[in-house]
Amino acid sequence: MAHVPHASDCPRLRFLIRTAIPTTTFTPMSHPLSPKDRMKIPRQPMPEEPPCERAHHFLEVNRGLDAAVAQREALRCLECKSPRCVSSCPVGVKVREFVGLVVAGDYLGAAAKIREDNVLPAVTGRVCPQETQCEGACILGNKGESLAIGYLERFVADYEIRTGQTGLPARAPLTGKRVAIVGSGPAGLSCAGDLAQHGHEVTVLEALHEIGGVLVYGIPEFRLPKDIVRGEVANLERLGVSFRTNVVVGPSVTLDELMKEEGYDAVFVATGAGLPIFLNLPGEHLCGVYSANEFLTRINLMKAHEFPAYDSPVYDCRDRDVMVFGGGNTAMDAVRMARRLGARTARIVYRRSAEEMPARAEEAKHAHEEGIEFLYLTAPLEFVGDAQGRLTSVKLQRMELGAPDASGRRSPVPIPGSEHELPLQVAIIAIGNRGNPLVPGSTPDLRTTRHGYIIADPESLKTSKRGVFAGGDIVTGGATVILAMGAGRKAARAIHEFLVSGSW
Amino acid sequence: MFRIVEARFLAPEVKLFRIEAPRIARKRLPGQFVILRVHDHGERIPLTLADSDPAAGTITLVVQGVGRSTRLLNALEAGDTIPDVVGPLGKPSVIEKVKTVVVIGGGLGTAIAYPTAKAFHEAGSHVISIIGGRSRAYVILEDEVRAVSDRVIVTTDDGSAGAKGFVTERLAEVIQSDPRPDLVLAIGPIPMMRAVAEVTRPVGIATVVSLNPIMVDGTGMCGGCRVIVDGKPRFACVDGPEFDAHQVDFQILTQRNAMYRAQEKTALESPPPAAASTAEVPAGSPGEPHDCRMVRAIPELDGVWRTCPTPPTAPVSGS
Repeated sequence: MAHVPHASDCPRLRFLIRTAIPTTTFTPMSHPLSPKDRMKIPRQPMPEEPPCERAHHFLEVNRGLDAAVAQREALRCLECKSPRCVSSCPVGVKVREFVGLVVAGDYLGAAAKIREDNVLPAVTGRVCPQETQCEGACILGNKGESLAIGYLERFVADYEIRTGQTGLPARAPLTGKRVAIVGSGPAGLSCAGDLAQHGHEVTVLEALHEIGGVLVYGIPEFRLPKDIVRGEVANLERLGVSFRTNVVVGPSVTLDELMKEEGYDAVFVATGAGLPIFLNLPGEHLCGVYSANEFLTRINLMKAHEFPAYDSPVYDCRDRDVMVFGGGNTAMDAVRMARRLGARTARIVYRRSAEEMPARAEEAKHAHEEGIEFLYLTAPLEFVGDAQGRLTSVKLQRMELGAPDASGRRSPVPIPGSEHELPLQVAIIAIGNRGNPLVPGSTPDLRTTRHGYIIADPESLKTSKRGVFAGGDIVTGGATVILAMGAGRKAARAIHEFLVSGSW
Repeated sequence: MFRIVEARFLAPEVKLFRIEAPRIARKRLPGQFVILRVHDHGERIPLTLADSDPAAGTITLVVQGVGRSTRLLNALEAGDTIPDVVGPLGKPSVIEKVKTVVVIGGGLGTAIAYPTAKAFHEAGSHVISIIGGRSRAYVILEDEVRAVSDRVIVTTDDGSAGAKGFVTERLAEVIQSDPRPDLVLAIGPIPMMRAVAEVTRPVGIATVVSLNPIMVDGTGMCGGCRVIVDGKPRFACVDGPEFDAHQVDFQILTQRNAMYRAQEKTALESPPPAAASTAEVPAGSPGEPHDCRMVRAIPELDGVWRTCPTPPTAPVSGS
């Protein structure tokens, strides 16, 4: 039999995943500890690359648990009768069951259990905000620290990759129905995986030259190694999903053409938001001012940090002052990337205070450790450049917090007379995205909001156009990987129902 | 993979390619562009489409070898393949029947102006084409342009073909003559488009230019191609690439296009030995260098490419 290449064939991947494979085999057993004893075990910490070193390389910050530590952590689970962790997971991963399998030492079984609900466990184990979802709901968190569900998920997913024995779910007999998925980000991949399991023929169309969407162009290598994404994409291919790169739905082919001419029975639009918002300040056109999307894409997708071995360049950050405007996870990714590119100073400029900052606590903590400075309650007024149009400094203003605004957060109010100027050569704007116009612009009967997001039913994700479903950031605006995956699952259920019943 | 079916030089460093891309060929309209990558480590470069043949499933590009990627592309021949071609991107030219239209192509710009001239010709407009170049060798597609124009004016900087001088001088004459043009379309180097805008502004003739800012994805996602039009930032990839010449801030466009001048020079002149960052990563599996095309075009790069980690084997389904 021919050798089927697998993600674990890649030496780089083997290097990145430091999961130890235990030499002894475990036999299933009932839980060895009483609830009281379980609660005595402290939450196991995640081993990390030391900050002083990782600020200079692109390797993953979190190293992952080894088997012994994962076992100890899994033993903490109280095995609740009606587990809140499961109901608070956007894709409904059977947490209690997979943790039980970890306790029993059946790591591959645990991974397969996760895969029943989540097609990208190695991804979500790394980038999910567990503290607000499964771990946030964990009963252990009431008195002490919650179970480290994310660490365990990542452990079993990495174990699976390491052994190359991926427990793919079974595929239902082929139905002969065809579904096109527009966009290969988390929403699209999750929907593709579920639909393929239902036996439908799924084709994912991607505009860029690589599959993964935000997982490859947005999230940096040090948080999510790209080989992990490739491995998960390869698993979907084994499940029967086909991928086509270099197809921009809208200009290359319209939704109508997909359904009428190319014979797709349904389409799921998961293009992501993908139209960066700028600050609308003077000097934003200067060389050295980037959107976070562009800065991160140049590095993550185009590998500009390895220029000239790769052809795409990025503004040289070495010995430069870099500021990132915004306080979300994308801002943290951008500023930590700038640090790794050798920035002299790498700062976050956020107009509210640390409390209101939307980034995950873990990301902000990692950023602090890597020497990122945070200018809270500060907002930019103007970018200043030289005669060649290159950014040289920024005018800033101090803010104070006033009354709560529509989002419920206290709104920043400028402090008069607090204007000041700081030298700056690279500015990165990370304040969010609007809906990308390419799909709605080419589909007149697809209704959108005034911000360009597609209008879809919150439960069925049906749009105003028969046969077309939409989910992820293109519907909700910028959110998280797991919420997009949740939308993908929801869409898969609704699409399956539509294909079986034929009623809209 | 996109196969090249025809490749021939039109002028020094200027090469015409016909490439198999049926989907793009079927949809292309004048004024639109594609983004392509020449090899696995390549950048994404936007190139305006010069023509397409939906029946044959091919698109036509005319490429001027100025930087690393375009020179690499120009080293390709019929039968070679290009890994990534995506499009058609951008808004098509607005073609509506006007009485008289002047289409100006400067150097390579002629290849981009040609499809629009053709479209106006087919729409029934009186088409006056002004095509220019440094010297006779740089005036391209003259026969093609002649076939779709009612009048063709050729200019060269040195007078080796047509009239000596710049396209703007000829344009000034055309404007004086009768009938006065209703629309001017100018495509070429930024200084030329800027000069054309200044010729037509005082007399109030509507003028359209096709802009060529630096792009990455070409779908609106990165915002790198933003240009200032009428004081407002616009994305050339989704709002353009054609804009009202009288509203475009050409100075900012020039400055932004020079953003990576130093790196472009590095890329062309002195490919350094293997980058330090690649040395930290364990070497990829041994095997063929992933793209020998690079080496064919720029032999000095041989060492660099052989030491780069090989990307993981493309996943295949089944065995």
